[in-house]
Amino acid sequence: MNAVNHMGFIVASYAAAVAVVGVLIAWVSLDYRTQRLRLADLEMRGVTRRSAPARSEPALDKAKEKA
Amino acid sequence: MAIADLANPTRFLKFANRTIPWLGGLTVLVFAYGIDQAMLAPDDYQQGATVKIMFLHVPSAWLGMLGWGVMSVAALGTLVWRHPLADVAAKAAAPIGAAFTLLCLVTGSLWGRPEWGTYWVWDARLTSELVLLLLYLGVIALWRTVEEPSRAARAAAILTLVGAIDLPIIKFSVDWWNTLHQGASVFRVGGSTIDTSILVPLFIMAAAFTLLFFTLHLAAMRNEILRRRVRTLRLMQASAVS
Repeated sequence: MNAVNHMGFIVASYAAAVAVVGVLIAWVSLDYRTQRLRLADLEMRGVTRRSAPARSEPALDKAKEKA
Repeated sequence: MAIADLANPTRFLKFANRTIPWLGGLTVLVFAYGIDQAMLAPDDYQQGATVKIMFLHVPSAWLGMLGWGVMSVAALGTLVWRHPLADVAAKAAAPIGAAFTLLCLVTGSLWGRPEWGTYWVWDARLTSELVLLLLYLGVIALWRTVEEPSRAARAAAILTLVGAIDLPIIKFSVDWWNTLHQGASVFRVGGSTIDTSILVPLFIMAAAFTLLFFTLHLAAMRNEILRRRVRTLRLMQASAVS
């Protein structure tokens, strides 16, 4: 078997692996960024989960410290 | 933290945030070592240099099947315990498993051309692997078609469990039918037929691919939990307006 003759197939295989893994990593990273931005946007507009800590807590703590 | 605690999505998010960077770092290190060992591995006496394609093809085939295995276990969690995190695990695994199955088919095709003289033959192993890819695409389409996540999860779980029949067909296709694809050569009765100089890099690459799968799966599960929170908040917002 001549390695040089088959080099194109080997390189193409590794390029395909890099492309597939790259797309997966990009998809997961971009999706994470999108969901975090959407959550931040909703929370900025005052839409929060019932189980989420209330926004006024840090302010309340500061006020307590001052008192 | 007990494993049962991870069933709580908030605790799972904390666990994922802490674990993903470490798991990602470990994946990069094992990949670097695996690729180094794969490049240093000698040519096969029959395949020549194209054996280097096997270091990608074999692990991606395993991971394609592992992905469906993870989805099948999660499907049981959905149908038996109706746990939302099982739905999340199944949905997150589908695109990753599909990508590895696609990579298996592409690298197999690129290996087949110089070794068999053709990119594709409709033999049992190749066809059952293609069926697995189509099943993945079907499940992904199902998740996207049904709006309500819990309904989509139940439908996808049934399809997943039915599709799991394809896993033993893929594994034993080379024994049950006369295929151009070679028979089992790594895990077989009587030991592997592969020389250690090639088998060791293959296992290192398999470990790297497995770590990559679980890192991506954890990250995709985190994304799915956040997506569901966004959906819930939007529904809350819409109901408050109306």
